[in-house]
Formats: sequence, C-alpha cells, structure tokens
Amino acid sequence: MHVIVDSSPGTSPGPELVQLLTPEGERVEHPEYSIELSPQEYRGLYRDLVLVRRVDAEAVALQRQGELGIWASLLGQEAAQVGAGRAMGPNDYAFPTYREHGVAWCRDVDPLNLLGLFRGVNHGGWDPNEHNFHLYTIVIGAQTLHAVGYAMGMQRDGSGAAVLAFFGDGATSQGDVNEAFNFAGVYNAPVVFFCQNNQWAISEPLERQTRAPLYRRASGFGFPGVRVDGNDVLACLAVTREALDYAREGNGPILIEAFTYRMGAHTTSDDPSRYRLQSELEAWKLKDPIERYKRFLIKNSLADSDFFAEVDAESERLARHMRDGCRALPDPEPLSLFDHVYAEGHPLVDEERAQFAAYLSADVDATAERGEG
Amino acid sequence: MPTQITLAKGLNMGLRKAMENDPKVLIMGEDVGKLGGVFRVTDGLQKDFGEDRVLDTPLAESGIVGTAIGLALRGYRPVVEIQFDGFVYPAFDQIVSQLAKMHMRSLGHVKLPVTIRIPYGGGIGAVEHHSESPEAYFAHTAGLKVVSCSNPVDAYWMIQQSIACDDPVIFFEPKRRYWDKAELDESATPHPLFAARVVRPGGDVTLVAYGPMVKVCLDAAAAAEEENRSLEVIDLRSLSPLDVDAVCRSVERTGRLVVVHEAPVFLGMGAEIAARVTERCFYSLEAPVLRVGGFHTPYPPSRLEEDYLPDLDRVLDAVDRSLAY
Repeated sequence: MHVIVDSSPGTSPGPELVQLLTPEGERVEHPEYSIELSPQEYRGLYRDLVLVRRVDAEAVALQRQGELGIWASLLGQEAAQVGAGRAMGPNDYAFPTYREHGVAWCRDVDPLNLLGLFRGVNHGGWDPNEHNFHLYTIVIGAQTLHAVGYAMGMQRDGSGAAVLAFFGDGATSQGDVNEAFNFAGVYNAPVVFFCQNNQWAISEPLERQTRAPLYRRASGFGFPGVRVDGNDVLACLAVTREALDYAREGNGPILIEAFTYRMGAHTTSDDPSRYRLQSELEAWKLKDPIERYKRFLIKNSLADSDFFAEVDAESERLARHMRDGCRALPDPEPLSLFDHVYAEGHPLVDEERAQFAAYLSADVDATAERGEG
Repeated sequence: MPTQITLAKGLNMGLRKAMENDPKVLIMGEDVGKLGGVFRVTDGLQKDFGEDRVLDTPLAESGIVGTAIGLALRGYRPVVEIQFDGFVYPAFDQIVSQLAKMHMRSLGHVKLPVTIRIPYGGGIGAVEHHSESPEAYFAHTAGLKVVSCSNPVDAYWMIQQSIACDDPVIFFEPKRRYWDKAELDESATPHPLFAARVVRPGGDVTLVAYGPMVKVCLDAAAAAEEENRSLEVIDLRSLSPLDVDAVCRSVERTGRLVVVHEAPVFLGMGAEIAARVTERCFYSLEAPVLRVGGFHTPYPPSRLEEDYLPDLDRVLDAVDRSLAY
C-alpha cells in the first residue's frame, strides 16, 4: 500500500509561508500577495506595533505591582494582530480570545477597558457593538462558533461584511473550533478564521496539538487555508485583506495560520523556563516583528528620527494613561454583583439583592454600635 | 373557535405564530427542516418560511448552540432544538458558560434571546440517553430561565412567550405528552410565563409537579378523591424563576407538600422547593416535605422504566406518609 501522509505539524515553516518582509527588513515580492501603502500608512503600522507592545509591557508591569490579578501577554504577536486588525473594514466584526490586545487597539477599544477583566473589576468593560469587537473569551475556542453564527446573521442581513475569528494553535484541538470550521463551510459563512500559531499552548508544543500543519486542516472542511509569516505585519495585512474580501464576496470561509511565537510567558502566572529552551526564544528574537519593520522603514526612507521620537513620546503618554487610569479604576459596589444577570430580571436575584443589602446595612449598624465605625 | 390539538401541534402552532410575528425568529436543529423534527414539532415550517429561517444543522450540539449565540448577537432570535435530553451535554459549555453569562459579562450591552427546546423525560420505551430529565443542571445556572409545559394549551402560549423573552430560556417539552390532546382557544389571554398554576384545587395535601408528572398527579388526585382525600395539584410551569409564592399559598392551607418529578430526587427541584417551603412555611407544615422522583441511578433500560418513574401509586404512597404524621 502506498500512502502519502504528512506527519509533521511544520514547526519550521516551509516555502508555503507568505512573506513580504524578511527578518532583515528586506521587502520581497510574493506571486499572489502584494501590498502598496502610502508613507503615512506605512508609518501608521509602526506606530500601532510600538504602542501595542507598550500597552502589553505596561500591563505586565501593573500585574507585577499588584494592580492586576493576571495578564496574558501578546509579546511577539504584535504584527499578526495589527496586520489582521488593520485589514478590517468598519462593518467587519472580530471575535477575540483573551490575548487580542493588538486587535482591540485597532478597533479603538481603550486599553484601560482591557484591564478591567484582568484587574477583576468587570468581565469586559466595553460595548461590543460600539467597536465591532466582541468580549474576550476565556474558554478556549468557544468564540469561533459565535463568530460563525454572527457571520450567518450578516449573510442573512446582506451586510456585505465579514467576521474575523481569532484563536490559537491550542484551540485547534477543541471540538468547538472544528465544529465552527464545519458550520462555516456548510453554510458558506463569511468568516475568516485567524489562527495565531504561537507554537505553545501554555507548556504544550505544537506537536501535542496536531500532526499536520494547521493551515492544511481547512482543506478537510472544504475551504482554503494559507500560512503567513505572523511576524511580518505587511504580509499579515495583505493576506487578511484578501481573505476578508474573499469572504465578503460570498466565497465562504477561509483559514489563515499566522506563524508566530509567544515570546513571553502564557500569562504572568506562567514560567516558560520549565518547559522550553532559552535558545528557541533567542532564535525568534531575531525575527522580532517590530525590529524588522523599523529596518524596512529606515531602508526605504519612509520615516525619520523625528517620527521615531514622536512615537516614543506617544508611547510614554500612553503608558502614563494606563498607569494612572488603572490605579483609578474603582472597585465595584458590592450590590453591583446582582446587576445584569438577566435582561428582564429574575425574582430570585431581586430577593437575594434585597437580603444582601439588608445584611450589609445591618453589619454597618452593628459596627457603628460597637464604636468601630 | 376552540380547536382540539396535541401538545406537539400546540408547539408547532406557537412556533409558526412567533415566526410570523417576528422575521428575526429562526429555527435551528438536527432534522428540523424537511423532516419537521423527529417528533414533527417543526413540521411544515421550513416549507413555509424557507431554509434561511429553518436550518437543518450539522450534527453537533455545541455547534448549534454556539452559532445560535452568534446569531443572537447579530439581532436574531434563534429557537434551537436539541433532539433528545441526553444529547444536550455536548452543548453544556455553550449554554452554561457562554449563553448564560454573556449578558452580565457585557454589563448589559448584549442580549441573548435564545430559546433551547429539549424534549425530555421517559415513558416512551426508548434506548438509553433518550429519557433523561436534566432540568436541574440548567435551573442551577444563573443567567438562564427554565420552563416546562405540561399540556397543549400551555405549549402553544409558553413557546411564544419564551421566544419573546430577552433572556435565554431552556424549554423542556414532556415528550411522552406530545400526543395528549386539549382544546385551544387562540383568543384567550395567556397565563404569565413564569407563574405556577393551581390545576386542581384541594385541601388536604399539596402536590407540586411540572411537565410530564402533572398528569400523574392529576390522576393521583382523582384516585384519592374516591377515598375522600382532597389533593391540590400545582403545575409549576417555570423552574427558574421558581414561583415559591404559589406553592407557599397552598401549603399554608394544606400543611402538607409532596413534590413529584422524574429527575433524580437528590439535589433535584424537589430539594430546592422543600428547603424554601420549610424556610417560609415552617409553622404551617404538619409533615416534612416529601419528594417522589427518580432514583440515584442512571436512567434504566426501558423494560425497567415503569419501576423507575414515579407513578400514581408512588405518589399516593407519599401522600399516605405525609398524612400519617
């Protein structure tokens, strides 16, 4: 019996990797994907990358200072997220995991709103419909089905827009993600699946999630898959733009595997030194998404030192905004825990709210009586 | 003009009405389109409303509920059919962690008007996983509302009220009562969705039930009458919210309460009702609240289900024990 089987998940990307910018910052051509931007747009992407990394660094620092319970760092994935986020049109809709701080940035969600979840003052403090950016989803892969359903709604509305569904390499093992692929295929839903393969699901490497390259999984569900250099913002932008067009034009779903690397820990509670080699991280540092893009801008005289200085200054202002804003985030009132449990209310919630309110005020009275108030 | 309908037909008519009244109402599930559902509850709807509004879905419960959530986020009102009670578990995360919590997680910015219909309960001689009563799992979860109809008239009204509700509703349908008949008057005013109803007044013992056990309790009350015992029967209709007031009003008169359901007794609806009634009506009670329900075993093979399921005799046995105090 002669059977040809691809039994490698492709931990080192092959020639199929779409790349428009080498790690050295050289602009290269690709037969299928191209991109031409104005100098201002080129500079805008750099600004996004730097500010998104700063948002992340500040959040990590705030966690270390005890201001956040936990933070999931996007370090190393800035290009994938900014490229995808900037490819979206105003009517497109994104469904994130809990690490899409860069996409949130592109959808004009104030970074302070991201901190609420990680500080524990709310479960997500933005209006999804104001930004076309859904709440963060922590259960791995669950949001991909919401994305497909939302896309099916767009399809019925004749909206001409598309959905971008984010998830990671670990999520591809979940039933929900595979059901999402299948539903999207069956109903020809206008959804772009954007998988950031950052090589690690906490401590588990790609080999523990899949035997075949992730982008190829799409073919089994009957739609195209493409693997893009996730550390190349131009390639991510070009590929996602084209994928969104493809979906908007009624061709159905498409899968993008952005091949990237989680340069930090899974979250601030994680210690990657227990499971991966420092040499691997060092190798990926040479492919840093921001460094390569800066070299490209300088080589092509698209930005000067004044521009870089201005971005640095803006980065400082943003960091201050986050520090001051985070410390000023008020703890919610105790009785607010009963808010919004139901859209139309529920007598049990009302009853328990009243009982707890009475308990709290009795407690205050007792404290005052003991002279401890 | 009142017409004679089955419970399945009441649901079918209610679904049709909801779809006529609101173009955002969609029906999704396995075999709900051409076939009209394995119990024919959605019969004819795809033919009249089209494949865009009545969706035959892939065979994946989590996928059905997950995409229904996405459609709700886009402004639709999906009505999901889970083919049988025992098949809802693959969708448990989507129901409990996603659907139930999303309104609160969004600080009220998004609404999730999703109705999940689940044919439940035993008594039809089915193979395993086709006869279960999983309602307590859902009633236990904040963010969900849980109801169960017991008769054709309620089926017609309650499905429409559930679809109109802006909260997620888990709608339990007593599958062994699908073919029971009653007169429906479409011009009548419906009972409020989340309120219980006294379906037979009585003075000696209160029986509380819902879904398939309402009929068993009514039969028990009729039998007890021959022995000059007057049993009051309450159909809960809604499990979350739970109409404790209605139960307490009755218990304050009778002093005795027996709760009957097919689901296992341990940590079931009866446990919650017993606790709340004891808290509220302690000095009215002449006897402990008793429960009649399924055993702490997996649902048995169908040749044993008559032993497992509460029936008239077990209900009357509990009534005797209550009156013996």
